[in-house]
Amino acid sequence: MIRPARNHPGYWAFLLHRLTGLTLVLFLPAHFLVLGLALDAAALDGAIAWTARPLVKFGEWGIVVLLAAHMTGGVRLLMLELLPWSERQKTRIAVSLGLAAMFGVAFALGLV
Amino acid sequence: MSPDAGIEVRIWRGGAQGRYETFRAPRRENQTVLDIVTWIQREADPTLAYRFACRVGVCGSCAMTVNGKPRWTCRTHVSKVASGGRLTIAPLRNLTVIKDLACEMTPFFEKWRRARGRFEAAISRDDPLVPVSPESPERRAADAAIECINCAVCHAACDVVAWRGDYLGPAALNRAWAAWNDVRDGDRTAVLAAAGAEAGCGNCHSHQSCAEHCPVGINPTRSIAGLKRAGLAALLRGAL
Repeated sequence: MIRPARNHPGYWAFLLHRLTGLTLVLFLPAHFLVLGLALDAAALDGAIAWTARPLVKFGEWGIVVLLAAHMTGGVRLLMLELLPWSERQKTRIAVSLGLAAMFGVAFALGLV
Repeated sequence: MSPDAGIEVRIWRGGAQGRYETFRAPRRENQTVLDIVTWIQREADPTLAYRFACRVGVCGSCAMTVNGKPRWTCRTHVSKVASGGRLTIAPLRNLTVIKDLACEMTPFFEKWRRARGRFEAAISRDDPLVPVSPESPERRAADAAIECINCAVCHAACDVVAWRGDYLGPAALNRAWAAWNDVRDGDRTAVLAAAGAEAGCGNCHSHQSCAEHCPVGINPTRSIAGLKRAGLAALLRGAL
């Protein structure tokens, strides 16, 4: 449960950024491991065939959503720290979430 | 809630180790949380320790944790915060509890000194006054930061202070931002050096809990972001 003092958009945005970041850190070694299989064509083909499974496809979509959320959140933080201050920080949090959701929908529909 | 129904109040007793003690206090019209604490100390248990002075939101000494949020108790109406007719009152987070609701404030003010929040004059009293236009960007930035009442609510709300106790925190850094924007100061770069040192403004994670809870509407996250930008610019200029 979020403590009452943390129950505001700035903290939710931080939590999302931290959790997506940690999950992506866990994903990266697996990603590099599969790339490393390229030295052995048969092994790589096997891994790629494995990724065609529905559940793995769904996981791939999840990774894309996490990546999109982490990227838009990161851009928001860079804007907060580097651009002249704007009082629209909560609007920016909403926009970054909206953009991440759009990425997710676009990927699910096969648009990107 | 009718005014005479009374209210159940749980209050922290003891130091860092302690427990909540439950009191029952009468309800009054326009009653503040500080009114409740004062009633309990005067009518129920005179050994209850807490701090207050002005009772009107100027001195910044009565901040406590009320139902989980840091607040100035003298300007917090019971009717606005009593969830389910109950109040839980604890000392501020991120400070050492002396007794009950009173915290040791020395480390908090030491951070103001470390952040170089004081004015260093460049000229003497014999020199003519330096004109500062109220419209200048620096004066406007200082204006937005200068009304702090030193209540430590932001310091209690900040998770980065909870993670590393030596982090300067929102209040001291907000003061440093006001000092940096004082164009009369003789060594403004020293402010950036102090505020940007280890455990300084670079540690801020921009949760904005400080701005969310500041009772006088200051936004320390804005001040800290300003210090980060000014520090980066000074670094690129080779001035830092």
